[in-house]
Amino acid sequence: MLRTIVQAGVVTVLNLRSIGQRLGASAASALGVAGVVAVFVAVLSIGEGFRATMVATGAPDAAVVFRGGTDTEMNSVLGLEQTRIIADAAGVRRGAEGPLASAELFVVVDVAKRSSGTVANVPLRGVQPAALAVHDRVRVVEGRKFETGRNEIIVGVGAAQQFRGLNLGARLRWGENEWTVVGIFESGGTIAESELWCDAGVLQPAYRRGASFQSVHVRLDSPDAFSRFKDALTSDPRLDVRVIRESEYWEEQSRMLRAVIRNLGGLVAMLMGIGAVFGALNTMYSAVAARTREIATLRALGFGGTAVVASVLVESLLLALVGGTLGGSIAFLLFNGYQTSTMNWQSFSQVAFAFRVTPALMVQGIGYSILMGLLGGMFPAIRAARLPIATALREL
Amino acid sequence: MRYLHLILRNLLRKKVRTVFTLLSILVAFILFGYLAAIKMAFRMGVDLTGADRLVVIHKVSLIQPLPLSYQGRIEAIEGVRDVAHASWFGGVYQEPSNFFPQMAVEPERYLRLYPEFLLPEEQKKAWLQDRTGAVVGRQTASRFGWKVGDRIPIQGTIFRKQDGGTTWEFTIDGIYDGKEKGTDTTQFLFHYDYFDESRQFWRGAVGWYIVRVADPDAAARIAAKIDAAFANSSAETKTSTEKAFAQSFANQVGNIGAIIQAIVLAVFFTLMLVAGNTMAQAVRERTGELAVLKTLGFSDAKVMGLVLAESLILAGLGGGLGLALAWWMTSLGDPTRGFLPIFYMPGKDLLLGAALVVGLGFVAGALPALRAMRLTIVDALRRG
Repeated sequence: MLRTIVQAGVVTVLNLRSIGQRLGASAASALGVAGVVAVFVAVLSIGEGFRATMVATGAPDAAVVFRGGTDTEMNSVLGLEQTRIIADAAGVRRGAEGPLASAELFVVVDVAKRSSGTVANVPLRGVQPAALAVHDRVRVVEGRKFETGRNEIIVGVGAAQQFRGLNLGARLRWGENEWTVVGIFESGGTIAESELWCDAGVLQPAYRRGASFQSVHVRLDSPDAFSRFKDALTSDPRLDVRVIRESEYWEEQSRMLRAVIRNLGGLVAMLMGIGAVFGALNTMYSAVAARTREIATLRALGFGGTAVVASVLVESLLLALVGGTLGGSIAFLLFNGYQTSTMNWQSFSQVAFAFRVTPALMVQGIGYSILMGLLGGMFPAIRAARLPIATALREL
Repeated sequence: MRYLHLILRNLLRKKVRTVFTLLSILVAFILFGYLAAIKMAFRMGVDLTGADRLVVIHKVSLIQPLPLSYQGRIEAIEGVRDVAHASWFGGVYQEPSNFFPQMAVEPERYLRLYPEFLLPEEQKKAWLQDRTGAVVGRQTASRFGWKVGDRIPIQGTIFRKQDGGTTWEFTIDGIYDGKEKGTDTTQFLFHYDYFDESRQFWRGAVGWYIVRVADPDAAARIAAKIDAAFANSSAETKTSTEKAFAQSFANQVGNIGAIIQAIVLAVFFTLMLVAGNTMAQAVRERTGELAVLKTLGFSDAKVMGLVLAESLILAGLGGGLGLALAWWMTSLGDPTRGFLPIFYMPGKDLLLGAALVVGLGFVAGALPALRAMRLTIVDALRRG
């Protein structure tokens, strides 16, 4: 056993020293793997960034309520009376100025994208005074908060960056109403940063919603108070609502886009992986072919088949590993933190987010490269070990 | 043809290498096919829109409804040939991930506006007479295994019935096919009359109007006329050509589509490069043999022809098979199961792919062969 390991080590070192003589083919194979891993990581970083934005949004002790049978805020309708019952329900945390509950309206308005100048659906959320306590990560970083009863808007930093004309003091016109941007807010990378916020009381008449709302966002006494809160609402005969944790809600809202990216990215990465394995196979087969006599000589000297197999495999794995690390790094340098925005079809509105190359993604990418190296090295390695020594020695 | 045997022997000299090169070219061109289909999907059907169709939506946003009374007024505008309306239903079949578009429409008008939806005459008749009937596109029907006569329950997420029920049941009266390859056959259409009478709110309103104009060149002028007709009303309109409307959706998705395409394109070229390099390598290794051929009296052109034929055969075989496979695989539907309704490989990309195949074979063979030609026989022989 020890003998085999020592032999394998010796042959491997021999092989690796000779890579210099086959630099072209080896580099091509490593580059092939690098390309695959770079793409794999880059595409998945889109989904990862999107998910991070959506998931960061949910606080563990926050819940959202909308009409029963509805899957997004956009489609929901709640009457004023219902929103009051929800705010007063058991489990809702109470602050100095009453329950931490904000009944909200969610509409989309047309704003031009900065990158292309084309019009996009930007979410405009009407909130109640308690909103800043409910969404406690929201902080106005420039300007001031909007005043109740006035056509004033505060803009999330993501929206301000991605869309045109959302600067402090800008006047915006949608339909018959004119709005003034009075503040820019941050919320620690959550989806709120893609939105525009205003007073719900002003938004209702502007969109002819009467006294109705679409959702109620609440903070609970504790994360465990959720079931108490949910039971209180679902057993109330005056209500017909769906109660969901905020974190689950946003996870649900990102499902469709993530599925699209995962399926497309997975398919492309798989096809490319197959292509790269063929490339690696070619490289390793020619490496083995070039050393036929060498290998046969080693075998004649008493080196075992296992040692030869191991040496070829190690070389292939090392090449793949170099490629995988390179590819992952390229993806990280090019795409990590890349700011963009896209349409979330589920909420029919834009979400601003940044690509994220996470350590887990890097590990996955490098794992994928190891798999490619293994597949690409295995068959040539077996062939090398099986060469009949006498004929191989005679070969030129 | 005389040299076919020689060419084949050369290809089969290293069978393993030939096979793997063939396979990597094949994979590269499958990827090329998907690239073309993804590009189509992210263009949201901009290329398939009718030049004579306009879309009229609420000026503030598509989500705001328009009054039904606009239909007659739009019809009366000069240059308008036909009008239909549609209303987004946004229901869920079994679970939210089973997404497909459902619309309440006035059947006859809607089908008149979309002649590319091919519905058998007797199915159309049955639908017109069945108030709770619906027709559905081929893609959605086969996705869920629906047949004519099936009862399909759909949960209304926006609209409820007046009795408070959220389940709307429809009978499939017909299944329409697309006239062209890219026609959207994911839609689920049902009677507006039934929908409007049964829903709780927004009665007498529609989602948007589709207008056919007599003269496509006058489209911009007619669009302006329509918007002017409703200016300063409580529901102002925004009219655009169907193309601009589809384009605005494609723009909303933003550069994500472009980034994915750029990535796939880079990959395609990398794979081509690697395969091309292997092919070129195979020729370079034989510089000495080429010199022998020349010594035997083969002209430069003939040797060049032999080498080119070899690499063209390899590229043609791999690329041709790859394109054929891509054509077949993309026709099976999109890999995201319904989120990209327009997903197919256009014919012109097939031609482009074929041109790339020839280019690959030519470049991969010609470059090393040219180099071999330039060497004098003596030098080449010494090298080999």
